[in-house]
Amino acid sequence: MEVRSQIAMVFHLDKCIGCHTCSIACKNIWTDRKGTEYMWWNNVETKPGTGFPTQWENQDKYNGGWVRTEGGDLRLKSTDKARVVTNIFHHPHQPSLDDYYEPWTYDYQHLFNAPEGQDQPTAIPISLVTGEYLDIKAGPNWDDDLSGSTVYAENDPNLAGLSDEQKGQLSAIERLVFFYFPRICNHCLNPACVAACPSGALYKRGEDGIVLLDQTRCRGWRSCIAACPYKKVYYNWSTGKSEKCILCFPRLETGQAPACFHSCVGRIRYLGVLLYDASRLEEAARSDTEDLVEAQRSLILDPNDPAVVEAALASGVHESVIASAQKSPVYKFVKIWKLALPPHIEYRTMPMLFYVPPMAPVMAQRSGGRGGTVDGVSGDLFHDIEDARVPMKFLANLFGAGNEGPVRYALRKQKAVRWYRRMLTVGDVDAATAERMLREADCTPEEADAIYQLTSLCTFDDRFVIPPMHREEAIAMLEDPMEHKQGAGFGFISRPKRGE
Amino acid sequence: MSSAALDLLLFAVLPYVAMVVFFLATVGRYWNRPFSYSSYSSQFLENRFHFWAVVPFHYGILTVFAGHLVAFLVPRSILAWNAQPVRLYILEASALAAGLLALVGLVGIIIRRSSEPKVRVVTSRMDWTVYALLLLQVTTGVLVAIFHPWGASWFAAVASPYLWSLLTFSPDLAFIAGMPWLVKLHMGGAFALFAVFPFSRLVHILVVPNPYLWRRPQVVRWYRPRPARHGV
Repeated sequence: MEVRSQIAMVFHLDKCIGCHTCSIACKNIWTDRKGTEYMWWNNVETKPGTGFPTQWENQDKYNGGWVRTEGGDLRLKSTDKARVVTNIFHHPHQPSLDDYYEPWTYDYQHLFNAPEGQDQPTAIPISLVTGEYLDIKAGPNWDDDLSGSTVYAENDPNLAGLSDEQKGQLSAIERLVFFYFPRICNHCLNPACVAACPSGALYKRGEDGIVLLDQTRCRGWRSCIAACPYKKVYYNWSTGKSEKCILCFPRLETGQAPACFHSCVGRIRYLGVLLYDASRLEEAARSDTEDLVEAQRSLILDPNDPAVVEAALASGVHESVIASAQKSPVYKFVKIWKLALPPHIEYRTMPMLFYVPPMAPVMAQRSGGRGGTVDGVSGDLFHDIEDARVPMKFLANLFGAGNEGPVRYALRKQKAVRWYRRMLTVGDVDAATAERMLREADCTPEEADAIYQLTSLCTFDDRFVIPPMHREEAIAMLEDPMEHKQGAGFGFISRPKRGE
Repeated sequence: MSSAALDLLLFAVLPYVAMVVFFLATVGRYWNRPFSYSSYSSQFLENRFHFWAVVPFHYGILTVFAGHLVAFLVPRSILAWNAQPVRLYILEASALAAGLLALVGLVGIIIRRSSEPKVRVVTSRMDWTVYALLLLQVTTGVLVAIFHPWGASWFAAVASPYLWSLLTFSPDLAFIAGMPWLVKLHMGGAFALFAVFPFSRLVHILVVPNPYLWRRPQVVRWYRPRPARHGV
């Protein structure tokens, strides 16, 4: 057993209100520089929708992630050792700016300088790339809230395998549904971007699993952008280097939550340490598609198991990190309660960002129960979940690699907790029904209380259990502290700019 | 300036100046500004024309460069190979084809760089200098191949000894004196390219990804010393 620690995340989609505060917090700190204007390390998508970049989930188009060969081996869909040579001049799977959008600002000076005339002067959009007037074709969140759209929602790759009736119920007039899907880098256990980088610039930090990109080693070969199935590595067209979400590691190292987590209005985000068995990683990533969710879960170790603690210490995991893992909200959501699921694990990168699938909207497809909501109850108690307006198959395509089992389990448990709470607070549900629901949803009153606590009453410190990073023990600290005196800091001797 | 003095300047002084600049500035840049080593790809800004320009150029220029390198390193083997006319014809024809491929690609690159507004934004003055020098170099190369044929043999017989004389710090201009002006232009251009190399995007040639071919797929960096039995 080779125990490693990983900073992992949970996003509770039922709590996301789609306000984009996370995106703005990130943008203001990290991507307001030239060449990064179009990047959204954190973005919030409307589902069903085409996402950002357009149709990123369509791997027939983008060729991201891993595929399993006939022989059971894993290989990258976009590159390998031979193709890295032939793809180096022109990467055939690289998205272009048109797949994202051309960033722009407005010619505000025109409001002041326009000659006197019959019409009110306007601020005309100008491209942030060329500086010329721009006819805007797309922008960030261009399909925001556009469920039911024939241009966007109907082209969601997750609609694959849904019947026409199911597709229709998603976009029925006056009954259409959507939910929000906030995304950042998943800081995967088996990152495709790292495996694809010809220069070895991308790496996973051993101590906390954050995936970073070494700017001085990146040569702009662009393989990472094609290889990441989540399209969360971006190309800076000005500096000629790739950039990605750094999980705000300078904030984490000083005990602060990442900016997008900290600013989250709906308090949907959780962060904590998971201990996992790195020696079984490859075996798990090779599992059959329908077993992947369970295989990934099986990698996550119980931080309270003395054998695991002993192995973790032997593997060099700091005891304070183990203590942090024992309080991790992510461990509870993912491993104990099995409420949180990885996005598109069929890409086999083993993402470390998990989502609690949404029950919202609570409206059911058919009327019945209590006014046609998934909160209704009937003889078999849970039938309304099957009748939810967001078809189970759609959620399964997103969070279960097409397998409805784990999604159904998570939704049933959520519903049972709601009914249990309703019994306690409103009192219009009898105790026998509530307890039967808990039992059928593989839940107990104690667990339901804990889920309720961490979902609804969670404080800042409940949501973000940040381990001590122990930078004081870093190898860099063993070097002469005066070495970098009078330097420009962060490895740059001169100001970084596009070189010649 | 007399022809002999010009020869002295271009073929006895310029080569050394170029090589000193090349080595010092390349290492200095790598040392001081590692961030500036990149391919500076513009594929992200324009994806279609890019393929038809960049791919033929690179395959063409790499083939031609490899040919020059081999003729420089092992001139005797080349001469032996060329002893049979058929083999010489094959070598000449493929060299010319590769040269034309590079020329077509380069012209494509220059058209793309000047006609695509977004790509023009990321094209620096130094980029244009490099394209001008490369255009001169590839054009003269193709013209030499057409008007002064059998270069596969005379390069090994005349140019290689001259280059080796440079390498041993005893430049022998006797090899140069009789060369046609087209060939002289091509050689002078080559030295100029070496001098410009470290200040341009050409440095990406030096950072081609060789470790990828044998490294393990995943890369992990540790910030703390690790217990001995745990490697990467």
